[in-house]
Amino acid sequence: MKEAQGHKKNKKFGMVIDLDKCTGCGACMVACMAENNVPFQEDESDKLLGTAWMRVYKMTNGKPFPETDVCYIPRPCMHCEGHAGHSPCVSVCPATATDYDNHTGVVSQIYTRCFGCRYCMAACPYHARVFNWWDPVWPADMEKMLNPDVSVRMRGVVEKCSFCYHRYQQAMEKAYYEERQDIEEDEYQTSCTQACPAGAITFGDLNNPDHAVHQLAKPDNKHGGRPKNPHAFRLLERLGTNPKVYYLSSREWVIRAGDNYVKNEKTGSGGH
Amino acid sequence: MKIDRRSFLALTIGGAAGTALTPLPWKLTDDSSIWSQNWPWTPVPAKGENSYAFTSCNLCPGGCGLMVRMVGDRAVKIEGLEGHPVNDGGVCVLGLSGLQLLYGATRVKSPMKRVGKRGAGHWKKISWKAALAEVAEKLGKLRDDNQSHTVACVTGSKYGTVPALFKRFMTVYGSPNVMTTPSVSDTLEMALQVMHGVEAQVGYDVENADYILSFGSGLIEGWGSPVRMFRANSAWRESGAKVVQVEPRLSNTAAKSDQWIPINPGTEAALAMGIAHVLIKEALYDDDFIRNYTEGFAGWMLMVLEEYTPEKVASITGIDKMVIVKVAREFAGAGKPLALCGRANGETPGSLAEAMAVHTVNALVGNINQEGGVVAVPVPEYAAWPEIGLDSTAQNGMAKDRVDGAGSDAFSLAESLLNRFAEGAMSAKAYPVNALLVSDANPVYTTPGAKDFKKAVEKIPFVVSFSAYLDETAQQADLVLPNHVYLERYEDMPVMTGLQKPMVGLIQPVVYPLHDTKNVGDTIIELAKTMGGSIGDAFPWGSYEACLEEALGDKWEMLNEDGLWQDEAFQPAAWGEAFATASGKFEFMNPAMNLMPSYVPLNLEGNASTFPLLLMPFDSMRLASGFISNPPFVIKSVEDTMLKKKDVCVEVNPATAKPLGLADGKLATLSTPKGEARVRIYHYDGIMPGVVAIPRGLGHTADDKYMAGKGVNVNELIGSVEDRASGLDTAWGVRAKLAKA
Repeated sequence: MKEAQGHKKNKKFGMVIDLDKCTGCGACMVACMAENNVPFQEDESDKLLGTAWMRVYKMTNGKPFPETDVCYIPRPCMHCEGHAGHSPCVSVCPATATDYDNHTGVVSQIYTRCFGCRYCMAACPYHARVFNWWDPVWPADMEKMLNPDVSVRMRGVVEKCSFCYHRYQQAMEKAYYEERQDIEEDEYQTSCTQACPAGAITFGDLNNPDHAVHQLAKPDNKHGGRPKNPHAFRLLERLGTNPKVYYLSSREWVIRAGDNYVKNEKTGSGGH
Repeated sequence: MKIDRRSFLALTIGGAAGTALTPLPWKLTDDSSIWSQNWPWTPVPAKGENSYAFTSCNLCPGGCGLMVRMVGDRAVKIEGLEGHPVNDGGVCVLGLSGLQLLYGATRVKSPMKRVGKRGAGHWKKISWKAALAEVAEKLGKLRDDNQSHTVACVTGSKYGTVPALFKRFMTVYGSPNVMTTPSVSDTLEMALQVMHGVEAQVGYDVENADYILSFGSGLIEGWGSPVRMFRANSAWRESGAKVVQVEPRLSNTAAKSDQWIPINPGTEAALAMGIAHVLIKEALYDDDFIRNYTEGFAGWMLMVLEEYTPEKVASITGIDKMVIVKVAREFAGAGKPLALCGRANGETPGSLAEAMAVHTVNALVGNINQEGGVVAVPVPEYAAWPEIGLDSTAQNGMAKDRVDGAGSDAFSLAESLLNRFAEGAMSAKAYPVNALLVSDANPVYTTPGAKDFKKAVEKIPFVVSFSAYLDETAQQADLVLPNHVYLERYEDMPVMTGLQKPMVGLIQPVVYPLHDTKNVGDTIIELAKTMGGSIGDAFPWGSYEACLEEALGDKWEMLNEDGLWQDEAFQPAAWGEAFATASGKFEFMNPAMNLMPSYVPLNLEGNASTFPLLLMPFDSMRLASGFISNPPFVIKSVEDTMLKKKDVCVEVNPATAKPLGLADGKLATLSTPKGEARVRIYHYDGIMPGVVAIPRGLGHTADDKYMAGKGVNVNELIGSVEDRASGLDTAWGVRAKLAKA
């Protein structure tokens, strides 16, 4: 849609996760599985083989007892913008199965186009993409709990977090039906944001100064979206992937764990 | 015909050119690409009308409100109910996975009768009529033989109409042996009974507190109402409240707290007493409350001043004495300090003296029944059911001593001591147990000393389970009369997990029952009617729903409309009216019962030379450890530092593991006086050296391959140690040994 048609400027949906509030309870992971028809297997202890769009990692500060500290870090797809939509995965996909949407900032994944080469998985620095090694199985009556708004995947394709894009589509449809041009902030929220019992996840349009995510992260769009909030950081900032998931933490070791710092480098220098 | 080079080439090239001109190769390519993208085995979820159905979660006692997303008649997703006083839109891992219990393979689909050996898993489908007739006949015969008291019953909660129906049934039938699954609520209730003289539940105004001193409570690991505590924890971040976590292990709660104070395992009560010492010695206590509203302070104070000096407490707890003094001063100096107790998720009742010690710390700063403090919350009152008439058999039966010793001279405060049941049933000192009824509980799995409990159950000639799932206890049953899953039935749910106000949630059906199951309330009513006589007369209702509506009385309308009833106007009693003890005041001790807040060291099972380490269970939100097993989504969320393949990982400090030659990730044998298990070593700096931590909630043997056969059940490695004062289980751990496998 062109600007001339009277539409507002492009949206850039993103997420801010407050690691001081995150308790590592895992509700975001399961809320995602339930919403997005993510399958499960008998043994889920090998985390490299399982499918999960949202994964909560446990980090420690590496210090001995009793100086030890632990922090959990939920990791959805970062929906990297890169430079002008050249996110790592989009750049390598030979099937155009994954694409960057300039209107929403969402990195899509079209399962029926994907032929399973897994280049995108190799290119993604966040391990946000997973491969379906097996066909999904829903034992007993569990097919009844499948969500009709999200396609069920088959073996041989890559899948990943979509920022619950179907919820955006539904919200927009509703808005159009009610003859509104746009949606309110609370009309489109991801499943993980909605479920988080700690209220640690905030979701919205990073380009909209009225949205909480913008106010929390204070993204600097002139500098690849880098946060102006000193407590905010992005994972592997210096790779230049320009991700849309921001983290908040008051603990310096956590912020430093989010990127590869050399020993005496100042926190937040971002390698620039 | 001779094929020369020329004709061969002409034929090949001509043939190829001819084929290429036909649609065949394109058709084949097209077909194969269509075929390769046709996955008929991949389900296409049916569309339907979108709607939401509302209910309450009962997978734990927390009482969250749920909205279930419906597509046609399918329930497709459970979400937290926005605006609900407990969870306001939030929901936990287990709550989110509830549909997998509804639609999963572990359900009991109709009444079943055991046909093979106990626990062998061979069942025969029978009709409800036949099942009820068989239970009625077996129980009727025992009653005719004046053996009614030898029937025991275990329910999940003790509150609400379903446990009340069981109790009513057992009373009119003639057995005092009704037990409930224990928790720290039992201990806290006793503390209030002794110190306040009231029958109430402990509520904590956590939202308004500004200094939280937690004696090992897993505030974000399942303690209280889990989602409410998550919200409180986030609110504390924003309000700047300080959270101090006292615990030997860097739990998630400890990691999120502002200050983690590692403490020698099991010595939390000593720290509470040490803090009391400082509060008294430095006159930091609430003078008005102590002077005007308490009894027995002077005597108790002398004991505290003498026995619990910071030096002494430091040597017991391993905490620096300056830290003890500083925490005490900060606690007293805070606007609304609050001390919490109940280790981990509160499934272990713990020591009464310890609960009293922590309660005393609160009392000293005068935060009893205050904003941001501890509140005595009365149990919501229900409309009385018709009086029941006991015949002589029932009267004789009810007069007998209980198998578990609850209410006896030794344990006069206790209503139920499930931890003592196995021993009582095995020894059959007074009388043998001839029948066991189990509803909404899985004691074969959840009771510490689980193997002993199982042995005791094996000895009982007639076991009936009312479980909706074929859990460990149901597997030991002779008959299973399956309940509906919570998403298919009505039930009330008084929320007694530390809320500041009395609340009842309503569980409502969101889908039609999938199988030939029955609400357990209806089952009991029908069973009573089948048995007839005075038993049948005690259950005049046509259905459980009628009974529920009657019991809830004036609350019903609000419950039915809003899905919950809350006493909004409830105000905690003012100090002048709050205490119904003999003195009418808050009592620091009860000399008659030899009860006072104090530190009572626990004699753990096993000797220190054979078992040099301490094994402690820990809780995670990603594992359910109670009556409900872990659905596939929950198991999927479990960290690989807790479970690898089929082995549980135990946390060991590298300083402890390395001298034993136990490398990270390697298999080892963990032994305790109760048993032995294969475990995987996980080097974790956050666990105190000398302590081994093991996740609670694994090692299910029942259920399907997604849920069972993963890790070990810690209740098989740990026994119950009974509290001298309450009789409840107080074991926070057990002695253990680790060796290379």
